Amino acid sequence: MHDFLRYIESYLGSDKTPGTAGNIFWATVYVLLVFVGLSVAVIAMNWLERKILAHMQVRLGPMRVGPHGLLQPIADALKLLLKEDIIPAGADKVVFWIAPFIVVLAAFTVFVVVPFGPTHAITDMNIGILFMLGVSSLSVLGIVTAGWASNSHYPLIGALRSSAQMVSYEVAMGLAVVSAILMTSLNATNTGTLSMIGIVEAQKAEAVWFLFKFFPLGIIAFTIFAIAMVAETNRAPFDLPEAESELTAGFHTEYSGFRWSLFFLAEYSAMIAVSSIAVTLWLGGWLRPFPNLLQGPTWDLAFSLVPGLTFLFLGGMCFYNTARMPKHPLFKVQTVGLAGFGTLLALIGILMFLPPLRDRVGDIFWFSAKVAAFMYLYIWYRGTFPRYRFDQLMKVGWKVLLPTGLALLICTAIWALRAQVWADVVIPMWTGFVDRLRSIF
Amino acid sequence: MNPALNPPLSNPPVATPYFFYGLAAIMIIGGILVITRKNAVHSALALITTLLAQAALYLMLYAPFVAGVQIILYAGGIMVLFLFVIMLISIERQEKERPFNKQWLVGMVAAAALGGLFIAVYTTRTRGSVLFPPVGRESYVEGQNTQGIASLLFDLHSGTYMFAFEIASLLLLVAIIGAVVMAKKRI
Amino acid sequence: MTDISTLHYLVLGAALFLLGVIGVLTRRNVVIVLMSIELILNAVNLNLVAFSRYWQSIHGPSALHGQVFAIFVITDAAAEAAVGLGILIAFFRNKETVNVDEVNLLKW
Repeated sequence: MHDFLRYIESYLGSDKTPGTAGNIFWATVYVLLVFVGLSVAVIAMNWLERKILAHMQVRLGPMRVGPHGLLQPIADALKLLLKEDIIPAGADKVVFWIAPFIVVLAAFTVFVVVPFGPTHAITDMNIGILFMLGVSSLSVLGIVTAGWASNSHYPLIGALRSSAQMVSYEVAMGLAVVSAILMTSLNATNTGTLSMIGIVEAQKAEAVWFLFKFFPLGIIAFTIFAIAMVAETNRAPFDLPEAESELTAGFHTEYSGFRWSLFFLAEYSAMIAVSSIAVTLWLGGWLRPFPNLLQGPTWDLAFSLVPGLTFLFLGGMCFYNTARMPKHPLFKVQTVGLAGFGTLLALIGILMFLPPLRDRVGDIFWFSAKVAAFMYLYIWYRGTFPRYRFDQLMKVGWKVLLPTGLALLICTAIWALRAQVWADVVIPMWTGFVDRLRSIF
Repeated sequence: MNPALNPPLSNPPVATPYFFYGLAAIMIIGGILVITRKNAVHSALALITTLLAQAALYLMLYAPFVAGVQIILYAGGIMVLFLFVIMLISIERQEKERPFNKQWLVGMVAAAALGGLFIAVYTTRTRGSVLFPPVGRESYVEGQNTQGIASLLFDLHSGTYMFAFEIASLLLLVAIIGAVVMAKKRI
Repeated sequence: MTDISTLHYLVLGAALFLLGVIGVLTRRNVVIVLMSIELILNAVNLNLVAFSRYWQSIHGPSALHGQVFAIFVITDAAAEAAVGLGILIAFFRNKETVNVDEVNLLKW
């Protein structure tokens, strides 16, 4: 037992991710942790989406299944698992069965390189961002095969539209990503890096989030990526191929029960994955606000209290709502349940004040907080914007985002290397031109 | 093998023969499925499996950038294109016809001749020694693969493939125009 | 088991090449012929990258010529697949078949 604890302590002091250190045991533990965390995040997203959309539409959302609808996602999951599994007649059974798994595989494999902290990633591939973009583009294959295997018109058209949209916006995403990668190469050795942890370290070394670097260029790159990532995951306002009022739910029309829940899981995981890319590339990843400006042990201590305070605040809100519950005997179970949930959150908050946990959890907390802000933006877009028509959608992708991305890339490259461009290109061209003129006259 | 350029790796590869033989088996089975399935979508899915296994083999050969490019372009781009075309074209067809064409016998004879040629080449022994030394213990600097490829492609003073890169971009432009013109309904 | 040498990768590449050639020469569906061509190109890429590894052992870790060539081959394969499928769509629109045996308009 003592040896085991010492083994855990010795590992936690290392400065490498388990993948790069070749440590299979810890890599497996991290994989399980990410898997569990992702599932909890998807369940929370389901509840948050329904409640936030409801409150934006001046209604209450689910309130009956558990206090304030907190058990609604579990009820939904149970219903989906117990539903009858219908396979349409004439559908290709093997392909019909594989298609959701391809999408889920692509959506979950991406999390292998997502950096929750300087050593808190499953591994740190030195082509991290390339891997993430590539694997997330494999989900298009799953969607196309799902639409084809359903042997029905609406899913096929929905699948073709959805995959055309995803492929179009991948180009714009790639260009925005490249212009962010360019900003990592402004260090001493003039070599950039594609590794996710390296990108955040570059932001720390250059003391500025890439969002604010080269003033409008970082923000424009971020905007292009933010629009493209919403279109990439088929979310509102780009959800024509899968909205219920359009093609009767598009490519997953013929999928019921557990298979549909796989698509749903993959969609939310893809949302979290592309938000992680945006957070890592532009918003500083796991860095707390102002890591270089507000330095020193007191500021570190102050910022490391924030996770605990957040959970205490959430627990406090639960208790406040417990006090506001109707005082009717039928609501007793819900009141007790909400109070229990509040206590749980408060306990987690108090746990986060303890010194050993406080130092390690900070990175993961800041990263998750930024990703949670993106999730809120996703839900806000769904509640606010009307849907794009398909030709308008493709027009935005190819005619607006792609030229802007190209121009942005060129401007970022020229501005990042402006000294070198001036000395190596402009001055020789100018002096050569002047010499030629002088030799003529 | 130059010993000065080949210091022992800090992270020696693990279980390499098992990974190689497993991935090779996946690739061969995928290849056989591609050329024998009647249903074009099944062939496409088998080809995707082969391409992904090939990306893993590139990782074993310490070529992570080429592996990433393979996944993005081949599996995520070209195969999507193939699946689109299969669905647009074969949608009415019942693939109940025989899968092999009229000249399959001559084709098999030609392929057998090619196979014989390969076997003759790869079983040549130069005085009893193996043709190539073992791979996987040679020099590899972690994190310099992408930078090395970039310096070969883009470096101002030592970029050997800069011209080829520009020609490749021109080729892609011509291919885009060609594909759009070929597939338009009315020119 | 023996160490995995360059020869193993070359033999695997040769086997894939052979499978691709069989596919090109014997299949009826034009799309599957095009997919077999992609198999051939992949076999060639495997050879190139394996040889690049071998070259690295002689000339140092930045001798990545094989990998750069492989990237160019992948680019070419994408261009060729796009144009080939465009031609296929144009042909299919006229003749309503994807059968290789029936592509005989220029036959005397």
